[in-house]
Amino acid sequence: MASNWFSQVAAVTSVNLRTIPQRRGSSLATIIGVAGVVIVSIAVFSIAEGVRHALTAGAASDTAVVLRSGSDSEMMSGLQRDATRIIAEAPGVRRAAGGPVSSAELYVIVDLPKRSTGTDANVPLRGVQPAAFEVRDKLRIVEGRKFEPGRNEIVAGRGAASQFAGLDVGNHLRWGENEWTVVGIFEAGGGLPESEIWCDVGVLQPAYRRGSNFQSVYAKLDSPEAFPAFKDALTVDPRLDVKVVREDEYYADQSRALTGLIRIIGVFITVVMGAGAVFAALNTMYAAVAARTREIATLRALGFRAGPVVVSVLAESLLLALVGGVIGAAVAFFAFDGFQTSTLNWSTFSQLSFAFAVTPPLIALGIVCSLLMGLIGGLFPAIRAARLPVATALREL
Amino acid sequence: MKFLPLIWSNLKRKKVRTIFTVLSIVVSFLLFGFLVAVDNAFTSGVDVAGADRLLVIHKVSLIQPLPITYGPRIKAVPGVEAVTSANWFGGVYQDPKNFFGQMAVDKDTFLDLYPEFVVPEAQKKAWLADRAGVLVGRQLADRFGFKVGDRIPIQATIYRKPDGSSLWEFNVSGIYEGAEKGTDTSGMYFRYDYLNEGMGGRLGFVGWYTVRIADPARAAEVSKRIDGLFANSPAETKTNTEKAFAQSFANQVGNVGAIVRWVLMAVFLIMLVVTGNTMAQAVRERTNELAVLKTLGFSRGLVLGLVLAESLAIALLGGGLGLLLAVGVVIPALGKALRSFLPVFFLPTNALLTGVALILLFGLAAGLLPATQAMRLRIVDALRRV
Repeated sequence: MASNWFSQVAAVTSVNLRTIPQRRGSSLATIIGVAGVVIVSIAVFSIAEGVRHALTAGAASDTAVVLRSGSDSEMMSGLQRDATRIIAEAPGVRRAAGGPVSSAELYVIVDLPKRSTGTDANVPLRGVQPAAFEVRDKLRIVEGRKFEPGRNEIVAGRGAASQFAGLDVGNHLRWGENEWTVVGIFEAGGGLPESEIWCDVGVLQPAYRRGSNFQSVYAKLDSPEAFPAFKDALTVDPRLDVKVVREDEYYADQSRALTGLIRIIGVFITVVMGAGAVFAALNTMYAAVAARTREIATLRALGFRAGPVVVSVLAESLLLALVGGVIGAAVAFFAFDGFQTSTLNWSTFSQLSFAFAVTPPLIALGIVCSLLMGLIGGLFPAIRAARLPVATALREL
Repeated sequence: MKFLPLIWSNLKRKKVRTIFTVLSIVVSFLLFGFLVAVDNAFTSGVDVAGADRLLVIHKVSLIQPLPITYGPRIKAVPGVEAVTSANWFGGVYQDPKNFFGQMAVDKDTFLDLYPEFVVPEAQKKAWLADRAGVLVGRQLADRFGFKVGDRIPIQATIYRKPDGSSLWEFNVSGIYEGAEKGTDTSGMYFRYDYLNEGMGGRLGFVGWYTVRIADPARAAEVSKRIDGLFANSPAETKTNTEKAFAQSFANQVGNVGAIVRWVLMAVFLIMLVVTGNTMAQAVRERTNELAVLKTLGFSRGLVLGLVLAESLAIALLGGGLGLLLAVGVVIPALGKALRSFLPVFFLPTNALLTGVALILLFGLAAGLLPATQAMRLRIVDALRRV
């Protein structure tokens, strides 16, 4: 019984699929419609995905960020030198030969022209202590060398160097009264530091008239589990007034704030365009059913049951949608993946360099969406095909 | 005109198909309206920027403060009519998610330089009389239900008082409306003297200056003069028109316009294929009817016109409905959801006109191929086909 049902399904479906070339135009319209939706939505979501990756890649749960209490970002924070020393000596901070693996930092922005538009953009300039290179252990110099302490030298992240004019090794830049020399380019596993320019904090403080003030402390902990004790020690210390967060959570928050808008827009575009593609698929499948009215009726008269007819129509629509989905995902991947650009991170009011990221989950999502469109687009025509009254259908021209 | 019933009955011939085609066009133009509004939200600052206003910021970056002593010196520059200053306060109201702009401004000059902020006379007087007074934008007032007389507590992140407290309280003196549709009313403005007093009276700096010049055509010249005043000082300045500033800020966010154009182009191309295909199907099914019409003496041009008219009718129906939905339902509803990201969210009138032009273009393009096929149809072939 069951095997009979399946052989019916196989028979009708194979006839359907073999006749697709006869409906080349409308089948192609369905495929293009679905592919278009998949391309556009993957492209939009790959922006959000790229921003998230740039902010969170390399952010570790065993690194703590210490800010002044009440600050949401480094930009608004402020810490005295004494406070940064107390933080570095707190329990749980990893110690290396040179002392605690902790870096007190200053975060400012400088104006540099974007390479793409030539207009000025807020590029983050971070003054760090020597241990910063141990705190961000993924960071490595790929061109030139590190800056020397005490000198007006800067190293630029790979992303910043590609987006903003003037960040080439050997170049001199002038901000205010100081001239700086670019001595190196670094990578950081695609993470946030790649959007930044780094220099010695001891040079940055006087250049920006910050006295002995810092804005944040990045401290590497013995392990992720050491965080609660570290946090408690700092928050109960009467000499301090600070907020302690894990680095990964700190940047995940910023990423949520930044990608929220992109996601809302992406969902809206996907749903609306998806509806459009479903209408196209419905048209195609209704036409397909109409073109085969007599064949379907003949099959039914021969004893084929409704189920296989429904399945066969659905199979055709799902196949067309799947082809569209795969083409769309492939186009999106080759056209957008890795496309490098930058945007404004509102939390720090500075530029974030990122690359569009077409990730496997996004591709899977695109394919699932395409199948969904195929399912909806095929369902109603399939039901109509199954309900065709055999006698009238046979009489139809 | 007498052919309208013919076109209408052709549309009704396959009701389901016509409905789906119309719906897919509705969707395209709904997206068009939405995306143009998004683009406009990012760039409207450029359009509404005062042509006669310059911004003076620190040369290194916007976050570096400028001495308050610069104000009178800028005012004395030839070509400058008026100067006002502002400080970005950056405080938190209840929760960091409730972000909105808070600026400390010079009470005597602020409203003179920003005539697009319309405040009732009595409320303006109240603001001038109350040191802790604040002018709240209409959109902000609606968002949190602020009313004149309310007290707003804000936690400072940048401006901590000398005693270590970070709580600032403001009294709502007035609510300002935007003079134009694109005016941003999502922020609040309080008095610099209140900020200065809270900081112990020794603040001494501002975030930026806004300058009104007598002749917009000489903006470049006046900018140069202002920057020349402070060249080689510890705080050098960078002066530019408000428009250039808004443009560079929009560029910082990214090329939203280009992304929107690409998406729209993709959407329209897809829908063109889909609609064109439907029209082609409709014509193919009617091949012998068209042949009959031609036999009856319908000219080639008339047959072409009939098919084009049908495709135009579908486009007008779908496109019109889509634009109406966008303006009437989707943009207001999503504008509310997006207002903390995009305070200015509406479809400008000229975009609406572009939309109408696109509808016509779309209708013609989708119908062109099937219409020419119908026009070239040879009666003998067509009648023989079935």
